[in-house]
Amino acid sequence: MIALPADPMLPRLFDVLKVKRELADTFTLELKSDGGGFGFQAGQFNMLYAFGAGEVPISISGDPGKPGTLVHTIRAVGAVTEAMGRLKPGDTLGVRGPYGTPWPVEQAFGDDLVIVAGGVGLAPLRPAIYQALANREKFGRVSILYGARSPEDILFRKELEQWRGRFDLEVLVTVDRVSGNWGGNVGVVTKLVAKAGFDPMDTTAFVCGPEVMMRFAVDSLEKRGVSTDKIHVSMERNMKCGLGVCGHCQWGPHFVCRDGPVFHFDEIAGLFSVREL
Amino acid sequence: MVQIDDLGRIIDEHPFFRGIDAKLRALLVGCAANERVEAGKYLFRQGAPADSFYLVRHGSLAIETHAPGRPVITVESVGEGEIIGWSWLVAPYRWTFDARAVTLLRVLSFDATCLRGKMDADPVLGYEVLRRFVPVMGQRLAATRLQLLDLYGKQKG
Ligand SMILES: Cc1cc2nc3c(=O)[nH]c(=O)nc-3n(C[C@H](O)[C@H](O)[C@H](O)COP(=O)(O)OP(=O)(O)OC[C@H]3O[C@@H](n4cnc5c(N)ncnc54)[C@H](O)[C@@H]3O)c2cc1C
Ligand code: FES
Repeated sequence: MIALPADPMLPRLFDVLKVKRELADTFTLELKSDGGGFGFQAGQFNMLYAFGAGEVPISISGDPGKPGTLVHTIRAVGAVTEAMGRLKPGDTLGVRGPYGTPWPVEQAFGDDLVIVAGGVGLAPLRPAIYQALANREKFGRVSILYGARSPEDILFRKELEQWRGRFDLEVLVTVDRVSGNWGGNVGVVTKLVAKAGFDPMDTTAFVCGPEVMMRFAVDSLEKRGVSTDKIHVSMERNMKCGLGVCGHCQWGPHFVCRDGPVFHFDEIAGLFSVREL
Repeated sequence: MVQIDDLGRIIDEHPFFRGIDAKLRALLVGCAANERVEAGKYLFRQGAPADSFYLVRHGSLAIETHAPGRPVITVESVGEGEIIGWSWLVAPYRWTFDARAVTLLRVLSFDATCLRGKMDADPVLGYEVLRRFVPVMGQRLAATRLQLLDLYGKQKG
């Protein structure tokens, strides 16, 4: 019998193992397939298909060193992501991927590493954090700078607290607004860039969050003296094929699904502040 | 008692005045005092005369605002190495926020009347102080704009 090439548009079926409520509108799905593990690189995404609702791109938020299960952290913002929020253990989800460019963790070996995340943007960066921690001795200083809307919106709070307890890691968290009891930082995440203890001359930075936040974060990294060829950002555009075929995710000369989502800031600096794109 | 030399050293070491000319620093020392505020106490209150400005040496404080019938909102936190207060620079010299010590706080305070007098009398000092204030004010304005955008809220489709 001749084996037909697998159709790249055909999703693989995964079972929902666990659903973890992270925040009021955000949850993490742990998925497993009969067909074995799921290797990926930090920063890559999958096209997730919720049957009867539709397909959307979602970054992988698990540990690339543990490919046995597939982990996605999702914020419910519309029809498809809300349908995913209703999934229970034992339900099925279609998965195509992994797609896209990774965070260049290994290229950053030898440098200080600064990770700047805003809101649910911490999810696509978590695999890079796991990979950096698994190779901790290969970096100088490692800083995680995280901004959320309010203390109730801090994603992966327990993990951030654990990381903050390590002696070889700087973790700074800030929130945009507070009413009530909070002894931590209040203010935008860019302020943390000014505070963090890295050496700008030898620093690689990974930035992920809402676009405006990334623009300002890059700005403050540049102000500290980090070279733009060592700043990497993760972009989001609506997607259909995820394969660089349909053109749905076109952004200037780039297809975000194929040339991104992780871009070298230098590649896209010109597009970054163009309002119409 | 904190000696004049110590005040000069504190000014020198604080990022806000780092590298300031010794002559100008000596003028600043004449208006400076070391202060300590317990956690939970207020450094200043909204509406009160803005008669000082502060270099934060240790600890952190919350800049708060309130409206009747609503919970107090913290708009920003300020910590070690930062400064607090510019209402002393602009008439009618009244604080527009509350500043509450979140932890034990050590600050160097500057008497506003004294400092404004010296800045008027010596434009070199006046320029030097303003030159250092303006970028901080710019950063705070940009930060406030970002906060207003509610970056992490859901986009409207
Ligand atoms: C490469 C890539 C990686 C992504 N990774 C993740 C991830 O790890 N976790 C995650 O939760 N999402 C992620 N997203 C975003 C996710 O794909 C969208 O939120 C999803 O497509 C929305 O589909 P929907 O049908 O639920 O909502 P839609 O009906 O498409 O949108 C509903 C409303 O939500 C708004 N909206 C759409 N996208 C976003 C967004 N990203 N943030 C805020 N509001 C939005 C729309 O403007 C609209 O008002 C990623 C996107 C890309 C391109
Ligand atoms: S989603 Fe089809 S080209 Fe990118």
